[in-house]
Amino acid sequence: MTHTVPSSTETVSAEWAGFRSGRWVDHVDVRDFIQRNYAPYEGDESFLAPPTEATTSLWAKVSALLAKENAAGGTLDVDTSTISTIDSHGPGYIDQSLERIVGLQTDAPLRRAIIPNGGIRVVESACKAYGFTLDPKVWEIFTRYRKTHNDGVFDAYTPEMRAARSAGIITGLPDAYGRGRIIGDYRRVALYGINRLIQDKEDQKSSVEIGSMEEDEIRLREEISEQISALRELLTMAEAYGFDISRPAGNAREAIQWLYFAYLGSVKEQNGAAMSLGRVATFLDIYIERDIAAGVLTESQAQELIDHFVMKLRLVRFLRTPDYNELFSGDPTWVTEVLGGMGTDGRPLVSRTSFRFLHTLYNLGAAPEPNLTVLWALGLPEPFKRYAARVSVDTSSIQYENDDLMRPYWGDDYGIACCVSAMRLGKQMQFFGARCNLAKALLYAINGGRDELNGIQVGPRFEPIHGEYLDYDEVMSKFDYFLDWIANLYINTLNVIHYMHDKYSYERLQMALHDRDVLRTMACGIAGLSVCADSLSAIKHAKVRAIRDEAGTVVDFAIEGPNADSWPKFGNNDPAVDSIAVDLVERVMKKLQKNRTYRNAEPTMSVLTITSNVVYGAKTGNTPDGRKAGEPFAPGANPMHGRDSHGALASLSSVAKLPYEFSQDGISYTFSIEPSSLGKDESGRVSNLCSLLDGYVSEGGHHINVNVLDRDMLRDAMEHPERYPQLTIRVSGYAVNFVKLTREQQLDVINRTFHARI
Amino acid sequence: MRGTPIGGGLAGATGASQTTATIHSVETFGTVDGPGIRYVVFFQGCPLRCAYCHNRDTWARSGGKTVKVADLAVDIERYAGFLRPSGGGVTATGGEPLLQAAAVSELFDLVHGLGLTTALDTSGHAAITPVIDALLERTDLVILDLKHADNDAHRNLVGVPNHRILEFAREVARRGRPLWVRHVVVPGYTTDEADVTALGSVIAELAEHGGLQRVELLAYHELGRHKWEALGERYPLEAVSPPTADEMRAVASVLEGYGLPVCRPDYGDRRPNVHE
Repeated sequence: MTHTVPSSTETVSAEWAGFRSGRWVDHVDVRDFIQRNYAPYEGDESFLAPPTEATTSLWAKVSALLAKENAAGGTLDVDTSTISTIDSHGPGYIDQSLERIVGLQTDAPLRRAIIPNGGIRVVESACKAYGFTLDPKVWEIFTRYRKTHNDGVFDAYTPEMRAARSAGIITGLPDAYGRGRIIGDYRRVALYGINRLIQDKEDQKSSVEIGSMEEDEIRLREEISEQISALRELLTMAEAYGFDISRPAGNAREAIQWLYFAYLGSVKEQNGAAMSLGRVATFLDIYIERDIAAGVLTESQAQELIDHFVMKLRLVRFLRTPDYNELFSGDPTWVTEVLGGMGTDGRPLVSRTSFRFLHTLYNLGAAPEPNLTVLWALGLPEPFKRYAARVSVDTSSIQYENDDLMRPYWGDDYGIACCVSAMRLGKQMQFFGARCNLAKALLYAINGGRDELNGIQVGPRFEPIHGEYLDYDEVMSKFDYFLDWIANLYINTLNVIHYMHDKYSYERLQMALHDRDVLRTMACGIAGLSVCADSLSAIKHAKVRAIRDEAGTVVDFAIEGPNADSWPKFGNNDPAVDSIAVDLVERVMKKLQKNRTYRNAEPTMSVLTITSNVVYGAKTGNTPDGRKAGEPFAPGANPMHGRDSHGALASLSSVAKLPYEFSQDGISYTFSIEPSSLGKDESGRVSNLCSLLDGYVSEGGHHINVNVLDRDMLRDAMEHPERYPQLTIRVSGYAVNFVKLTREQQLDVINRTFHARI
Repeated sequence: MRGTPIGGGLAGATGASQTTATIHSVETFGTVDGPGIRYVVFFQGCPLRCAYCHNRDTWARSGGKTVKVADLAVDIERYAGFLRPSGGGVTATGGEPLLQAAAVSELFDLVHGLGLTTALDTSGHAAITPVIDALLERTDLVILDLKHADNDAHRNLVGVPNHRILEFAREVARRGRPLWVRHVVVPGYTTDEADVTALGSVIAELAEHGGLQRVELLAYHELGRHKWEALGERYPLEAVSPPTADEMRAVASVLEGYGLPVCRPDYGDRRPNVHE
């Protein structure tokens, strides 16, 4: 199985015929390959092909399966006895005669696998919740013989960590499930083949034969060995489907198939919270254009390959519990693929295949996955901008992120993990850290560390605020002290989690598709930014009276004084409050940075809630901004519902002020508008959306979800879900089938600020 | 990160003038009141009493916020990066902006200084005084609301006769300036075929001067009702339902018979998001 490593003096692999050589030939360097070989496409969408007959037939079969899955309550089938690994299952097909790209996570479509390394209890309760019984042998293995990540974490958690977790001041922690948010550079398998990658890893391992072997070196050698095993297993898995991926892919179909196998191996091994794809379109375009030029592939066949690939990505499933669904609603997998962006040399990274990916939303209809993310830059070709905007207007299925803002940080070969987290592909990973509840933290500061809902002392005991009216300076000084405490606890908790995840649930295959040394970030997050900023603004600009219960805990607030109605609210481009929000972001980030992190990870922060804004709201008492206990927070960095009274541009401008420098894991904004308010006709809507995105990007805004939907239609979909199986809506950082949201979340979407003109 | 405003921005303008305006509110992302993305200023006060008014709270001349025109322009400048590339600008509406024509004129000068376009959304109930004349000279697009061609029906629906409005319309048209005509279709009030025909002939006459770019038919809706109720008033069109698509099409057909550029709303298109 040894493979001759090509060097620049030798003839390169036959599979590379016609490619311009460069550094990538001698080193694993996918970016160099792309830069030397891709052709920017500046034209419009007129070349695109409709679905082939095979695509339409196959999608009809998939749609029927999806309907069955929905009817079954969200989970169709579970393989309750096979512990999922890269090569655990034999080949599975939907309809082999129609599939141009093959491979399923188990032996049947939508049959979910069990991946217990993260935690056996979650697997067991998920099986139970959907009417299945976990094989007792599996239970025995993971309770008697093999420890899980979840067990490790709870062995090391301190009482304080447990208290913060159950009070809901820090939640969504990946302590019982896979952390995800790691993107393997799946393109490497297509470009180099497995043998070459194994050789590269063997070389890396030899580079860690040094004089003094300490914990770091020992761990690294073990990890590389695990990576090599994973690559070998991937070879076996592909062989079962009849493909030899030891060598590089030789044509477009093989390139997509090889790449998909690499991704498939990863989702068979890891039940990660977000399992993103990376940035594959323009890479694959090189193979597709080579085949088209050689006359061996037509446009229709090229589109068919992408359509079939995307269909597979739409079928990725993980076995998850219903309470996980409350945090991350709608069964998301975050198969995030970024499209577009600009190269550092000024050429757009838009190719015809960028269009082909977007076009799947027409050929197959709207869908939440893959999570298509357009990297918007002012310099993108206008026809691509217009096409993306048109797809948004028609399908509400894509999100946009500011490439002009991120490129200076991450270069031109980064992907997005999950929703908004940029990372250089194959060179960077993150320790995902969920988020802490900033609004609750403010209430703790007011109440001396006591929880406002149950009176339990969760934070350190310190003097609560006694005055009848809240004094801004006093609140801020207590809050600042309290933020130090929470930042420290937060990072320590994450250190425990990621130590254990590396130990018991290491991502062997995904890390095999990385360089030896990667940049690690410790990705913290905050929820409730706008509630917190508005609360502080009310305290500062109006008079806020604290209302206490018999025990002296502040449980409610009354806003009084001449500015009782007119105090500045976040989302109106008003510096009087926007500056408070900006300060909060910077302040929290600087506090996180003070702490020591596991594996010297670099702390980062996101302003992102996924759909947990509903759960966080439910767990948080009355806040000084007038928000009532239990009411949802705004999602991500959004202004609070209905408080942005100056229209969308004012709202966008407020959010765009939040400093990316201090929130490098991303700042999420969800923009929903009725079609009639976006423009008079289709062409006007497209133009206006393009202008809006150009403006937002030049203001320094980071991320924006775009929904163009009628609220009446959403209400109808609540009553008649069967009529809207593919109705897709963007929530914080991802998209969901609207009908899969919980009723509470559906109402939240409808009641959230929709920009509509009356 | 904002671009430098064309024409030197507002340097020097701020503070130079103490002129104030009374406004109800602003909307930073207007997309239907003129081309491109528009910053829409709702001026407070209106001489009309339209039975279907969806901004009932802008009638009274008292109330509203008093702002300096120069400050308004400074706020607009903050959005120039969104507005300018879209070919958009500022729309003055209300209420009735003609009631504060001098202030609007001054605002439009500042807006032009920012490289943005100006639009005046009006019901045209004003004589062409020198102040109004000066405002029209600074207006890139007039959006004129024609409620009814019949004087009695007009008075019944809107509270004032229509001859001054028609005179204003003819004067605007004579100048050849870009003009959009708007008309709200209210079932039972404006849908009589003879009335629609009369309206068509009025608009056709305006079109002869070459400035008419479009005729927009707006379907009457009840979304403004809550504003009446909030003011403790009875909503006059209690019994009226919004027009059906067929009723809208019928009105459009009559107007199109005059060769007018009627924009038909395209709401309710089938979109790939929904597969029923």
